[in-house]
Amino acid sequence: MNEKILIYEKSQPGRGGGILPEISQSEKDLMALIPEKYRRKNDALLPEITEGEVMRHYIGLSVKNHHIDKGFYPLGSCTMKYNPKLNEKAASIEGFVHQHPLSPCRTALGSLEIMYELEEYLKEISGFDAMSLQPVAGAQGEFAGLLIIRAYHRDKGNVRKKVLIPDSAHGTNPASVSMAGYETVQIKSNERGIISPESVASAIDNETAALMLTNPNTLGLFESEIEKIAEVIHSAGALLYMDGANLNAQLGIIKPGKIGFDILHFNLHKTFSTPHGGGGPGAGAVGVVKNLADYLPLPIISKNADDGRLFLNYDRPKSIGRLHSFYGNFANDLRAYAYIRTLGAKGLKRVSENAIINANYLKALLKDEFDIPYNQPCQHEFVLSCSRQKKLGAKALDIAKRLLDYGFHAPTVYFPLIVPEAFMIEPTETESRETLDEFGKILIAISKEAESDSEKLHHAPYTTPVRRLDEVKAAREFDVCYKG
Amino acid sequence: MNIPGNLRYTSEHEWVLLDGNVATIGITDYAQGELGDIVFVELPAIGTEVKAMQSFGTIEAVKAVSELFAPVSGEVVEINAALEGEPMSINNDPYNAGWMIKIKINDPTEVDKLVSPDAYQKLIG
Repeated sequence: MNEKILIYEKSQPGRGGGILPEISQSEKDLMALIPEKYRRKNDALLPEITEGEVMRHYIGLSVKNHHIDKGFYPLGSCTMKYNPKLNEKAASIEGFVHQHPLSPCRTALGSLEIMYELEEYLKEISGFDAMSLQPVAGAQGEFAGLLIIRAYHRDKGNVRKKVLIPDSAHGTNPASVSMAGYETVQIKSNERGIISPESVASAIDNETAALMLTNPNTLGLFESEIEKIAEVIHSAGALLYMDGANLNAQLGIIKPGKIGFDILHFNLHKTFSTPHGGGGPGAGAVGVVKNLADYLPLPIISKNADDGRLFLNYDRPKSIGRLHSFYGNFANDLRAYAYIRTLGAKGLKRVSENAIINANYLKALLKDEFDIPYNQPCQHEFVLSCSRQKKLGAKALDIAKRLLDYGFHAPTVYFPLIVPEAFMIEPTETESRETLDEFGKILIAISKEAESDSEKLHHAPYTTPVRRLDEVKAAREFDVCYKG
Repeated sequence: MNIPGNLRYTSEHEWVLLDGNVATIGITDYAQGELGDIVFVELPAIGTEVKAMQSFGTIEAVKAVSELFAPVSGEVVEINAALEGEPMSINNDPYNAGWMIKIKINDPTEVDKLVSPDAYQKLIG
């Protein structure tokens, strides 16, 4: 490949974007304060390039990439909603940007207040009693939750051995269970795509530590038996964990903490519009009911009893300890805070209502062309099957790749595992009806293509910067070092 | 779909070739097709005791990771070490080069509980 990909490869000696002044005497004096051995001997290895070329380089890269500012991104269970630019403004306020994480609490009250208030909002939204913003990803939130479950059972005298997980769960759930030292026991979904209290009852025993449940589940269906399931779980002395990946369907409608769940992790980077998926780090806040509050990660933000000042409280003997350096991804907390304040209670409820309406609308557009194995009114996402198209010679993967030619990101494919040739579609509330219509039209056209010319789909995509990738090689010989 | 008549099958898409008291085990042509390109296989150590319908290893395809289920109980006496370097043999030749493990079986009656070629054909429709 002759194309110059890195900005360093575009560098030319002596070229530059500006004219710097000579070093002044006062700067030379400052330099004298730095011991000789710490001073740089050679020029920093920076690309030498004009401002215009820098702009073209990065704009060019952003155009090659697919991102939410460029096009529709219906990746199921990932909630790729538009990230309002106001959030970015909040996250770039100088006082926050220059706050050092090791500053003493008395000089960081503004930051602590944002975190404290965000915790209060999340408690109100979820119905839980205590909160930690520390986990920096959904999976780390799960891990925190499972360590809390472990600590709770240890206090009761038996850490127990097993965690129940439905067969429709995200793969991170069993992974987190293993990392926390538990064994996974799979619960089968019933013919309605949800789990039944009976199947939980038949799997549970006194070595069961918890049930991890995503609600709505990955089929986009609400676990309507949740209150009975909670009863079964609690009567066996176990805890009920909610994977909050799909919380975008519940804002202002359901409070998980009030329907039997004991622990919840949020994905602030999904539901609360902070960037993710290559666009930024995650934020996996964890909420718990009152009797689990003592186990939350260290430190928590507390209010001083005397003067009401906020401080980082390390005096927490039952805590599971620190999970991450400092206090989580604070810049994401700022973005989530801005999002919640911008929308308010009514706005957040409309987020979920519109997410549900958009998913059901798109499902209705596609229902005649595709098989929909669990065809009921859905929540924020739905799963269709490309089985019909597979018989004609085009697999879900081929259809997904062909979508890229039309400027759409593909949905999540081959997941959940209980649907063959699965296409998991989550449009989110930030898409217009016109976008949904266009996507539906194109997806139906691709399905017709499967009928008329399936061979064409096998080689898609045709218009992207790179064509179909060798996924086997990528998995077996993983190497992300650029060789030029 | 290739379903050899001399083998027995499981509802989890493994095949079994019985030779005396040694059972050779792999996954079916249908299974490899559903999984897609296989990138890793994790097999048990020789000498491991496996139980019928319990996991004896994992198989990772580009799409997903799945468990491998032992059709019968017994001791693992041989594994196909070549699969470590050439997991695609399972895609290309599931019934020969793609074999996974050989088990010395404890209880021959377990074999009778396995699925016949005709029944397996019906199972996968």
